[in-house]
Amino acid sequence: MINNAFIFIVVSIVLTLLSLLLDRRKTVMGLKKGWKMFQNIAIPFLNILILVSLALYVVPPSLIVKYLGPGSGWGGQAIAAIVGSITLIPGFISYPIAAVLIKEGASYAIVATFMTTLMMVGVVTLPLEISYFGRKVAILRNVLNFITAIVIGTFVGLIL
Amino acid sequence: MINFLRREKQYLWLFGFLIATLASFVFGFNPGKKVFVNFTQFFIEMVTFIPFLFIIVGLFDVWFPKEQVEKHIGQESGIKGILIVIVLAMLQAGPLYGAFPVAYILYKKGASIKNIFIYLGAFSSLKIPMLGMEIGYLGIQFTLARTLVSLPLFIAVGYFMEWYLKDRDFRINKL
Repeated sequence: MINNAFIFIVVSIVLTLLSLLLDRRKTVMGLKKGWKMFQNIAIPFLNILILVSLALYVVPPSLIVKYLGPGSGWGGQAIAAIVGSITLIPGFISYPIAAVLIKEGASYAIVATFMTTLMMVGVVTLPLEISYFGRKVAILRNVLNFITAIVIGTFVGLIL
Repeated sequence: MINFLRREKQYLWLFGFLIATLASFVFGFNPGKKVFVNFTQFFIEMVTFIPFLFIIVGLFDVWFPKEQVEKHIGQESGIKGILIVIVLAMLQAGPLYGAFPVAYILYKKGASIKNIFIYLGAFSSLKIPMLGMEIGYLGIQFTLARTLVSLPLFIAVGYFMEWYLKDRDFRINKL
């Protein structure tokens, strides 16, 4: 984690300096934009951290290992894929959840499956998608992506 | 009053949590303390990289405006066309349903069926702000593995959709 933070700090400083050298005005604009985006997510993000902290206390790690751990096999992956397809969790909120799941013993394959279905498959937004693409195409896209997500999860699990 | 509550609902949570934590420490309620310890860990994790991530994202936004990439979208085919839609997708932000209106624009501009679906795939898994979050929380190895496995599969989905829909009067409706 510390190493990760270090990468971000170094990259952001280098990019800011480079940007300042090239164009002062643009740099200020960019920093303002970034700050605005950060403000937009800060409070919802803190709220989610509260929820995750609570959940971490209530849900024992053994439960996570049992249902989402490496030993849970296809069952665990199926749970992850279905939950990921149905729920509508904004991307930036899903990452701390995924990180906790891994820390508490969930397997990489299952977390990758969960994240991918979360992003790619939308049961709740299906009606909206149908109005854009038509019923057949929207359903086909979601089904294909559901299968793809399981394949992705499996491969990621094999690699890591 | 109701409007006020609705607008400030997000702060209410935070406020409630602070009061509950304070009470836990005053009355020695252990579960409350433990939850707070969890929270401080998450909070430290967050403040050590997310502000920096947004500096990077903000700078990206002014140096590589997505409008400029959008201008280049047309009937390009082959690798170039695929690359352009992927870059365009990477510059976006927000949930998947925000990608549908852009898919309509691509369709109007004459992008191929394949590229429209590759765009949707890249949109959901390669957006730069999200990749940043993913690296921060799950590590560069996880992010690389997931990205490298996903990309060919999404491109394959694009090809499949094009093959399947080519003679079936595919259209995207404007809402």
